[in-house]
Amino acid sequence: MGAELLTRFRYDDYDLTPLGDVTQRTGSASKGEIEISFDSELRYLDVVQCVSDSITRMLSFDDDTRYWVGMSVRESVTNAILHGNKMDEGKRVWVRFALDPERLVIYVRDQGAGFDESKLPNPLDPKNLLRPSGRGIFYIRTFMDDVRYTVLPEGGMEVRMEKRLNHKVKSDQEGEGNAN
Amino acid sequence: MRIDTRTTDGITVLDVHGRITIGEGSVEMRNKLRELLQAGKKDILLNLGDVSYVDSSGIGELVSCYTTVTNQGGRLKLLHLTKKVQELLAITKLLTVFESYEDEKKAIASFSK
Repeated sequence: MGAELLTRFRYDDYDLTPLGDVTQRTGSASKGEIEISFDSELRYLDVVQCVSDSITRMLSFDDDTRYWVGMSVRESVTNAILHGNKMDEGKRVWVRFALDPERLVIYVRDQGAGFDESKLPNPLDPKNLLRPSGRGIFYIRTFMDDVRYTVLPEGGMEVRMEKRLNHKVKSDQEGEGNAN
Repeated sequence: MRIDTRTTDGITVLDVHGRITIGEGSVEMRNKLRELLQAGKKDILLNLGDVSYVDSSGIGELVSCYTTVTNQGGRLKLLHLTKKVQELLAITKLLTVFESYEDEKKAIASFSK
């Protein structure tokens, strides 16, 4: 019965239309990784944030850390859509979550020309304090443990953001301690 | 995002509800401020107590509101900052720019100083 239901779920309830030009699909998630990709539309920000929140909850990050990781993902995806892909809905954004015992690494990749991070204005400079934009990457750097930007040789820009797993809720750590 | 407008002791209080994020709310806030400034209402208290989420664009929007009002000779102050918004403003040194209050009566009274 269970297998029968599973078969029906897989083959009858899904619209198995052809995947189209698979050469445009450059996803590279491997074991222990979760990847989603989508068109350059801001309405997908909430979807990505939900995925981020689910993963950080699964990893037992404390509430504050989950919030700031979610915001960092949101800011990175906003940058990818707005500045990388320049809102071109024909261009894709990839977000990949790589889980290992010590850290969560999140990759956000676009199909834009990339940028030189060292040339970004410092938002803390008094002359930039009242600028309406330019704080996103600064926030990401503040909330994540390690952030690296790479212009990919095959095209596109990728940001790698790392959060170490020492931000777990206390009760969880205590629970683990008691079990040992 | 929704903005409710009320007046207390001659000060316009804008109660902002919902999110201030990229593509959400910026037009409403700008239109509301333009409308108020055109009507000569230049002392504005922005109540952010019911704001559920703010991203870097939302912070930028608050900065835009501040510069728009001060450039017209007005004053814009903030009320009931959530812990998260307070942190975002502090990290980018914007708490030194904005005058913010926890208590509405004190905030209103501060405009008469």
